[in-house]
Amino acid sequence: MLEARQLSFHFSPDAPLFDSISLTLNAGQWVGLSGDSGAGKSTLGKLLAGYLAPFEGEVSLDGKALPKSGIQPVQRLPQSPELAVNPRWRVGKILREAWTPTETQCQAFGVQPSWLSRFPQSLSGGELQRVCVLRALVPKVRFLIADEISTMLDPITQLELWQALKQEAEQRQLGVLVISHDNALLERLCPQRLHLSGSQLTPW
Amino acid sequence: MLTINRLSLQLPLYVSWWKREWATCLNEFSLTFCSGEVHGVVGASGAGKSLLAYAIMGLLPTAARLNGQLAYQGKPLDEARQRQLRGRELALIPQSLNALDPLARTKRQVAWAAQRAGQSSRHALQSAQRALDHYQLDARAQQAYAHELSGGMARRVLTAMAHVSQARLVIADEPTVGLDPLQRQRVLDALRGLADQGKTVILITHDLRHALPIADRVTIMRDGQQVETASARAFHGSGASLASAYARALWLALPDNGFLSHAVSQAQPTEQEITVA
Repeated sequence: MLEARQLSFHFSPDAPLFDSISLTLNAGQWVGLSGDSGAGKSTLGKLLAGYLAPFEGEVSLDGKALPKSGIQPVQRLPQSPELAVNPRWRVGKILREAWTPTETQCQAFGVQPSWLSRFPQSLSGGELQRVCVLRALVPKVRFLIADEISTMLDPITQLELWQALKQEAEQRQLGVLVISHDNALLERLCPQRLHLSGSQLTPW
Repeated sequence: MLTINRLSLQLPLYVSWWKREWATCLNEFSLTFCSGEVHGVVGASGAGKSLLAYAIMGLLPTAARLNGQLAYQGKPLDEARQRQLRGRELALIPQSLNALDPLARTKRQVAWAAQRAGQSSRHALQSAQRALDHYQLDARAQQAYAHELSGGMARRVLTAMAHVSQARLVIADEPTVGLDPLQRQRVLDALRGLADQGKTVILITHDLRHALPIADRVTIMRDGQQVETASARAFHGSGASLASAYARALWLALPDNGFLSHAVSQAQPTEQEITVA
């Protein structure tokens, strides 16, 4: 269980982004997070994945703090895959950085074998996004923070990505926090939905 | 208004230093755009949507091989005519925010667009002011340099530039990326308004759902080919009035429609690699 207790965070002291908000994410649970631009959705995602430390409160995984090193059990999937890969590595090396996905998994996510010898700049945003999602599904991963991962995809590619992820998450009982502007998408994917506004988290 | 007849476009692809292959980006593409309509052009990334816009504007790389005819208002649209009409009759709202001049303030830059369309410099500053006010860019944003603007603001500046040019054909290449719902609606409404004044608006986007309410017709593109051109009204219910399977799959893949319950095999998974000629 991924648990955030009484988190407070701000970038400038006179404008607090959150004020003691709490959130739990169980294994196998899909939670949607919506909110206006600048409400702090991505920052909350970064706090949960351990990219940022909260000023007050704590994030814990099964009652323990997130590990300081090694493979992180909470993986954050960023909006722009171009900024999350090493431009000097070939796609194959990027994909296998932490683990080697099986052929069936590659197929489910639509990752073509011919991409592996290419550089990431030669793939389109949608293609690279699929590589990045598959890369994060290390055997040790327990929770995913999907931060607007399908915004720049066309409807069919978006659907394929979510179907593959849904199947994988169900098999391995991964908890997923889906951050998106798209309410229709959240409604389809997540039984539970939260809305972040005015530094408070409310059920939607 | 604008007729595209069997347009084919090939771009060189260097396999190694000396070996060159031609990638077909547009394949025998034919389409007519009418005045007073918003024509949505929708397709996956890599379908050739932006290249179509560049071909109309005459902004393709010099190495490109272009075949077929373009005609604007009944007369062929060749390179010289494109150069003459660009910024006057034809306007492009580019996808990349790098299109803004990094060394000019916002208002000055929009005024340039108005001047290019034939306005006097004093008049141009006034219409720039009006257009920027219309897109809710405050005095601070009007005096800002491009790097000081947020992505959404920069996109509205680009839209304002097309607005002041008084062009009769406006091509908007992904004008709503990175805008919040309110701003997106404002930009789309502005494009609809241009069409209602009798102009032609080509709306290039992958966001079928938000294009539909303002579009009259929608063309679905795939791998540089036209899959289907349908009235925006054809996209409803189960998509039974759409002729092609791909257009139907695209429609049903939207979160408001079938989404997860909809089998992907029907969608004929897109092989997005460019076919090498």
